[in-house]
Amino acid sequence: MTRSTIKKTSKSTSIQTTKADHHIAKLTALAIGLHVLEAVFPSPLPGVKPGIANIITLYVLIQYGFGTAAWVSLLRVFASSLLLGHFLSPTFVLSLSGALLSLAALWLAQHLPKRYFSVITLSILAAFAHIAGQLLIVRLWLIPHAGVSYLIPIFAFAALVFGIVNGVICKRLINSSHQIS
Amino acid sequence: MIKFSRDRKPLLGDWLVIVIGAIAVIYLFQTLWSNAPASQLQIRQADKIIGTYDLNQTRELHIHGPLGESHISIDQGKVRFKQSPCTNQYCVHQGWLAHAGQVAICLPNQISLQLIGENKPYDSLNY
Repeated sequence: MTRSTIKKTSKSTSIQTTKADHHIAKLTALAIGLHVLEAVFPSPLPGVKPGIANIITLYVLIQYGFGTAAWVSLLRVFASSLLLGHFLSPTFVLSLSGALLSLAALWLAQHLPKRYFSVITLSILAAFAHIAGQLLIVRLWLIPHAGVSYLIPIFAFAALVFGIVNGVICKRLINSSHQIS
Repeated sequence: MIKFSRDRKPLLGDWLVIVIGAIAVIYLFQTLWSNAPASQLQIRQADKIIGTYDLNQTRELHIHGPLGESHISIDQGKVRFKQSPCTNQYCVHQGWLAHAGQVAICLPNQISLQLIGENKPYDSLNY
């Protein structure tokens, strides 16, 4: 999807990158930073995290469109897992399934009328989709037991709260970037 | 690029989503954390359902797992792992279970108990 091309000359291999590539790289770096930062903080309940890296995904979705947001979100999942040493572990699969379902929800929700629905709605829907994706993996693969349903209300509550908070932060970011430009 | 409203406050639709989300969360708490008394006990060994037993009786069950025999006792509406061949004894320490939806799992011996109410509040297999 990106327009970078690899040129092979007789002496060296060089990769030509486009402006879009640099943009995606910069934003992804920011998202990775937030993801890793969040991983350092202990959580009162395993699995409950604010997901502040999603603020970047939402910001990119609003400012640059869905394609760029999908790139940033998925690159963030892969790169952060490599940095944290989770690559291909259950943690990584959970992260990936959450991100994929989140993106699916965002893809659908971006068509909502903008007059009535702001990025806060997108954030809440993405947060719910994220835990739905994770709980699906937990139930089907990691803990195939009905007892998992006991945790659903806690995760849903966390998703609502952090969805609202992240949405409000993202809305402020978008507003301030509009004021500058 | 998508143009969204520049207003800082949540819009009408946002409030709608927040309210619906809150109702959904409350509904989830009510249905999944119900304290309804259980009426039946379902025992699984590995991935097979060994049997469903009525809770309103006094009965001792002996279930075979990979480590040996687990003793499960049913006593008028409640159930517990009485004895287990596993090393950590988490299942035994969990004690009596009496509410619908409660579970006790003995992972080493691959046995799990699940309590079912009058009407099973939530069936995650068909969800």
